[in-house]
Amino acid sequence: MLAIYKRELKSYFVGVIGYVFLVIYLAIAGILFSYTTMFSMSSDVTNYFTLMLVFSAVVLPLLTMKSFSEERKTKTEQLILTAPVSLPAMVFGKFLASYTVFGAATVLTSLYFLFLIPYTQLKFAVLFGNLIALLLVGMVFISIGIFVSALTENQLSAAIGTIAIILGFLGIGLVNSLIPTSYAIRYVFDAISIFTRFQSFVNGYFEFASVIYYLSVSGIFLWLTIRVYDRRRFG
Amino acid sequence: MTMIKVQNLVKRYGSNYALNDVSFEIGEGEIVGLLGPNGAGKSTAMNILTGYLSSTSGEVYINGVNILDDPIEAKKNIGFLPEQPPLYPEMTVTEYLNFVYELKGCELEREPHIEEIISVTKLSEVKDRLIRNLSKGNKQRVGIAQALIGDPKVVIFDEPTIGLDPKQIIAVRNLLRTLARRHTVVLSTHILAEVQAVCERVIIINKGSIIADERTDDIVKTIEDGYRYKVKICGPAREVELALRRINGIKSVESTGERDLDSYSYVVESEKNVDVRKSVFNLCVSNNWPIIGMEPSGTDLETVFIRLVDRSDKVNETKKRRK
Repeated sequence: MLAIYKRELKSYFVGVIGYVFLVIYLAIAGILFSYTTMFSMSSDVTNYFTLMLVFSAVVLPLLTMKSFSEERKTKTEQLILTAPVSLPAMVFGKFLASYTVFGAATVLTSLYFLFLIPYTQLKFAVLFGNLIALLLVGMVFISIGIFVSALTENQLSAAIGTIAIILGFLGIGLVNSLIPTSYAIRYVFDAISIFTRFQSFVNGYFEFASVIYYLSVSGIFLWLTIRVYDRRRFG
Repeated sequence: MTMIKVQNLVKRYGSNYALNDVSFEIGEGEIVGLLGPNGAGKSTAMNILTGYLSSTSGEVYINGVNILDDPIEAKKNIGFLPEQPPLYPEMTVTEYLNFVYELKGCELEREPHIEEIISVTKLSEVKDRLIRNLSKGNKQRVGIAQALIGDPKVVIFDEPTIGLDPKQIIAVRNLLRTLARRHTVVLSTHILAEVQAVCERVIIINKGSIIADERTDDIVKTIEDGYRYKVKICGPAREVELALRRINGIKSVESTGERDLDSYSYVVESEKNVDVRKSVFNLCVSNNWPIIGMEPSGTDLETVFIRLVDRSDKVNETKKRRK
């Protein structure tokens, strides 16, 4: 697993994708940060994190789109699949590599908040709650991306497919506010919606159920990825 | 000791059989060629042996370990070069081999082991270059080097010389031969000369079934109906040919059309178990036609192969008709 993780992580920065991702992520985060806090004279961090969540949905597929699709296209997956490595180790190695890049970028962007310290009393509890929420949601997004990239040889399809699924998960909570639905449906949609759950974090509630939810969704998609490879052998 | 044991292997895609009841055993240190036309099932067989694909039914044991029951243990004994070498173009040769070393969880001492493989595969000159920039022959060598990491007991090469130039082909074949001393080698090819040049044993596959499994030297004999000699005789071409035909035991005489000063060449085929060489000699002596040369002209593997494939196709057809 370690070998796959190291190679994957390195491959981001041998090519351009790693740098492109970091530049876009840091730049947009910087802009969002400036607008939501500095320019609007506010120490409220919730807007920033909500926008970052939506932005991550679009930019994280950049990190995962080539994960399996490229190995499949260039047939290097044959090396990994015939090496004495288990499927879970292979999938988890890839996942961790993408997550490391995202995690590093996110932690780096949170340093922006140090600029606020001279001007205002920062609510560190809210800040950390938001940060953890973003890191958890990123985990879900990356797992979805990894799963979709295992389905196709084409990186572009992988990226678009990932964005579609993520937006589905995000948007399902919005359905409630747009269309009048019964309580039961609303309850289910709210439970599934990544966005609705994120809101509770943003407002400063640390919901243990939501943590479990994010971990489970992420786990399910990684498990599905393993299943994809398991099934493909019988192709 | 048996290194690879394959029992009643079947691989089905829908109603198509890529492999149909294939069984064979390969012993330690053997070098075996898997020969067959394109689409015969060679790659499928190799992919199943290495655990990349699963079979529909049947068993594969590598060094006594069932590949489905304990894939990780079985895979530790295998080095595999797929049809397209699995290379990461953005890595240097050394980086790549180090990655494979870690991937396989190799326990041999790292630097000397990788150095040894680089020298065996003659990659020393290019070891710090990016794989992207290597020639096709060198890429193939890197693919072979990758398979050798961890010193696996079994190495499996799918079409190892495809796409190489003649000089590279000879170099790769020599390399394969040297490997046989340390590893059990299985290679697939549709080039017959390759099997003759490299392998001790050949398993011929056509349409998913084994149609022959013999020592390379013996396979020609099993299919031959008689003996063939190439004879070079000084004398009037037409008369010589007619006289040869009249000899008892000679099935056919064919003039090859080769002319060397006043001598002509003929290919003489005798009935099975009849040695016609003395009769040919006596005939020529009595007519005062000097024999310049006489050599056995064995049926080459090419012909054997085509005959075997034709024969198995015919058998299949009659089976189908009966159904």
